[in-house]
Amino acid sequence: MSDSQTTAVQAAAHGHDPALLHHFAEPQQQRDAASLGMWWFLATEVMFFGGLFCAYLIYRLQHFNDFAAASQSLSIKLGAINTAVLIGSSLTVVLAVNAAQRAKRNLLVAYLLLTLVLGSTFLGIKAVEYTDKFKEHHVPGPTFHFVPERMEGHPEQPPIDQRHAEMFFSLYFVMTGLHALHMIVGIGIFVWLLVMAWKGRFTPSYNTPVEIGGLYWHFVDVVWIYLFPLLYLISRHR
Amino acid sequence: MAMPNGPQGERENYLNKEYGVGSWLLTTDHKRIALLYLMSITFFFFIGGFFALLIRLELLTPAGDLVQADTYNKLFTMHGMVMVFFFLIPSIPAVLGNFLVPMMIGAKDLAFPRINLLSWYLYIIGGVMMLHCMLTGGVDTGWTFYTPYSTAFTNTKIVEAGLAIFVAGFSSILTGLNFVVTIHRMRAPGMTWSRLPLFIWAHYATSIIQLLGTPVVAITIVLVAAERTLHLGIFDPKLGGDPLLFQHLFWFYSHPAVYIMILPSMGIVSEIIACFSRKRIFGYNFVALSSIAIAVFGFLVWAHHLFVAGISIYAAFVFSLLSYAVAVPSAVKTFNWTATLYKGSIRYDAPMLYAFGFIGLFMMGGLTGLFLSALGIDVHVTDTYFVVAHFHYIMVGGAVMGYLGGMHFWWPKISGRLYPEGWARLAALIVFIGFHLTFFPQFVLGYLGMPRRYYDYSHMPEFQVLNVLSTAGATILGVGYLLPMIYFLWSMRYGKPAPDNPWNAAGLEWKSASPPPTFNFDVEPVVTWEAYNYEELDAPHPQEAPVVR
Ligand code: HEM
Ligand SMILES: [Cu+2]
Repeated sequence: MSDSQTTAVQAAAHGHDPALLHHFAEPQQQRDAASLGMWWFLATEVMFFGGLFCAYLIYRLQHFNDFAAASQSLSIKLGAINTAVLIGSSLTVVLAVNAAQRAKRNLLVAYLLLTLVLGSTFLGIKAVEYTDKFKEHHVPGPTFHFVPERMEGHPEQPPIDQRHAEMFFSLYFVMTGLHALHMIVGIGIFVWLLVMAWKGRFTPSYNTPVEIGGLYWHFVDVVWIYLFPLLYLISRHR
Repeated sequence: MAMPNGPQGERENYLNKEYGVGSWLLTTDHKRIALLYLMSITFFFFIGGFFALLIRLELLTPAGDLVQADTYNKLFTMHGMVMVFFFLIPSIPAVLGNFLVPMMIGAKDLAFPRINLLSWYLYIIGGVMMLHCMLTGGVDTGWTFYTPYSTAFTNTKIVEAGLAIFVAGFSSILTGLNFVVTIHRMRAPGMTWSRLPLFIWAHYATSIIQLLGTPVVAITIVLVAAERTLHLGIFDPKLGGDPLLFQHLFWFYSHPAVYIMILPSMGIVSEIIACFSRKRIFGYNFVALSSIAIAVFGFLVWAHHLFVAGISIYAAFVFSLLSYAVAVPSAVKTFNWTATLYKGSIRYDAPMLYAFGFIGLFMMGGLTGLFLSALGIDVHVTDTYFVVAHFHYIMVGGAVMGYLGGMHFWWPKISGRLYPEGWARLAALIVFIGFHLTFFPQFVLGYLGMPRRYYDYSHMPEFQVLNVLSTAGATILGVGYLLPMIYFLWSMRYGKPAPDNPWNAAGLEWKSASPPPTFNFDVEPVVTWEAYNYEELDAPHPQEAPVVR
C-alpha cells in the first residue's frame, strides 16, 4: 500500500446498519468482539471467585471437622430449592436468546420476565436463609455463638473450635454475598434487556446484548452450582 | 491532495478536530484517551517521586531527623502504592498501548471505545480516593499491606487505600480486556499473527496477566476489608485465620504484576532496536512467544516472595526452580535484541539510547532476581536494600527507561512535533547515570545488611556514605525525569512539525499522518509485508518513495 495515500474520507463501503458502530467493518465483527469480550470478562470472574474458593478449600481441609459441624446448620432444603430455581432461570435465558434470534418479541419479553422472577425468587430465599442465620446467632461478630448439633453415629464427637466454625460462616457470607451481588447486577442487566426488548430493539441480526447478558447469567448460575455442594453438602450425615 | 482542513489550515487530525474540555472528557477516541492517561499518570508519577525524595532525604543521615518513624512508614507505603498501582501498571499500556495498539494493527479504534473511556474514569476515581486517603492520613503498612498488621493493628486508612486500588484494578482489567479483544478481532486484512509487531505481542501477554491476575488481588482486598471492618476471621491468626494465605493470594497477583510493568517495555525495546539497527528483529517467533511464556511462567513463581515466611522447604525448592525458569524467556529476548544489533546499521538517536539503557538495567535487575531465587542467598538478603535495588533496577531502570524510550520514539506521531534531539540524548544519559548512582549502592548496602523500611540507621553509621551516594543519584535521576517533561511540553509549541515517518520506521502506525486523523487511516490498510521489513525499506530502489508532505 502506498505510504498513507490518505485520500479524503473513506467512502462508506458498507450498508448502514443502525446498530453497527463506526469502528467495526461489519456486524459479524461487532458480534464476535462483544462475545469474546464477555468470555474474557467471565475469565476474570473465574479468577475472582477462584481466589475465594481456594481460600475456602484450604480452610475446609485444614479445619475439616469444625467446618463440617458448622455446615450442618445450613438448610439443604432451601439450598436445593434455590439450585432448582437457578437452573430453571438458566433454561428461561436460553429460551430468551432463542426467541430473540427468531425475532419473537412477545416470547422474548415473557422469558426475560420469567428469568427476572426466578432470579428474584432466588434472592428472596437467600434473604430468608440469612435471616435464619441472624436469629441463630450464626453471623460472625460479637454475638456469634455456635453449638454443634449432635451427629448420630458419632458419640465421641471432638470439641468444636468456635473460631473455625465462625470462619466457616465468614466464608459462607462472603461467598454467597458476592454471588448475590452478582445476581443483583444480573437482574439490573435483565431489566435493561427487558426494556429494550419491549421497545422491539432486538432483531435477528442484532441481538448480541441478549446473548452476552445471557452468558453472564449462566456464569452466575454456575458459580452457585459450585457453591451449593461445597457449602451445604460435603459430609452431611443425615 | 484533497484533505479536510482544521481550523488553522492544518490537516484535520485527532487533536484539532474538536476543541473544548467536553470534547476531551467525553471522547471515545483511543488516542485522546491515551493523552488523558498520559496527563494523569504523569501527575501521579510526580506525587510518587515527591515521596521518594523525602525518603531519600531522610536517609541522608543515619539519625532519624527529618521525619519520625510513623511518617517514614507512610512515606514508603504511599510511594510504593502510588508508583505501582497508579503509575507503573497503567503507564505503558494505558498511554502508548492505548494510542498504538489500534494503529499498529490497522484498526480505527479499540473494540470497546466507551469501555476504554470508562477505564480512565475508574482510574481517576481510584486516584482521587488514593489522594483523599493520603491527605487524610495515609497508610503505613508498606505497599504489600500484609496481614494481620493491616487488618488488626494499624490505625491508618487501609480500607480506603484498598478500595482505591480495587477500583484502579478494575480500570486495568478493562484496558486488558479491550486489548485482547482488539488484537483478536480488529486486525486489518493481511495483518496475520506472525506479522504483528512485537509491541502487540507484548501487550497481548500483558493483557492476559491483567485479566487473570488482577481479580485475585481484588478478592484479596475484599477479604482484607471484610476482616478489618467486620472482623471476619480469614487471615488473622487470633481469629483462626492464616496470614500465609494472604501472602499467597497477594503475590499470586503481585508477582505477575511485575510483568505487567516490564512486558510492555520489552515490546517497545523490540520496536526501537529493530528500527535503529535497520534490521528485522532476530528470531521474531522466539521474541513473540517469549512474551507469552513470561506471562505463563510469571503465574507460577509467586511463592519466591515467601521463602522466609514459613512455607515448606519442598515448596520453596520448587518455586526456586520455577523462578529460574522464568528467567529463560527474558534471556531469550535479551539475546535476540543483541543479535539484532549485530551487523545492523545502528543509529544512536534518543529512543535507541533509552533502549540500550533498558537492556543494561533490565539485565542487572533480572540477574539479581536469580540471586534472590537462590534459597540460600535469599535468606541472607531478603528484606534488605538488595531486594529494593533488584526491583528498582527492573521497575524503574527497565520499565521506566522503556516507557521514556517509547515516548520519544512515538512523540512525533502523538504530537505531530519533533522533540529537541540533543536535549533528549542528554536526558537519556542523565537518567542512566543517575539511576546507577541511586540504586547500585543499594545492592551493596543490602548485601552488607542494611534492612529496608528503616528510617534510622544510627547504630550503623558506616552505611552513610553509600546512602549519600544514593540520595545524590536520586537528585540527578530527578533532573533526568524532569527534562523530558519540559522539552516535550516545549516542543508542543515550538518543536518542528514532524513528518509522518521521521524514523523511516516500518510499523503501520507510521503510514498514518502525524498526528493521525480521528479514525487513524483514511483508507483501511491492507498488509502485504512482513513485520520489520527494514531490508526492503532501505533497499536501493524502494518500491515506494516516502511521501513528503
Ligand atoms: C521482570 C520484572 C521484575 C520485576 C518488576 C520485579 C519486581 C520485584 C519486586 C517489586 C520485588 C519485591 C517485592 C517486595 O517485597 O516489596 C521483587 C522481589 C523478588 N524478585 Fe523480582 N522482579 C522482576 C523479575 C524477577 C525475576 C526475573 C526474578 C527471578 C528470576 C525475580 C525474583 C525475585 C525474588 C526471588 C524476589 C523476592 C526477594 C525477597 O523478598 O527476598 N524477580 N521483585
Ligand atoms: Cu516475584
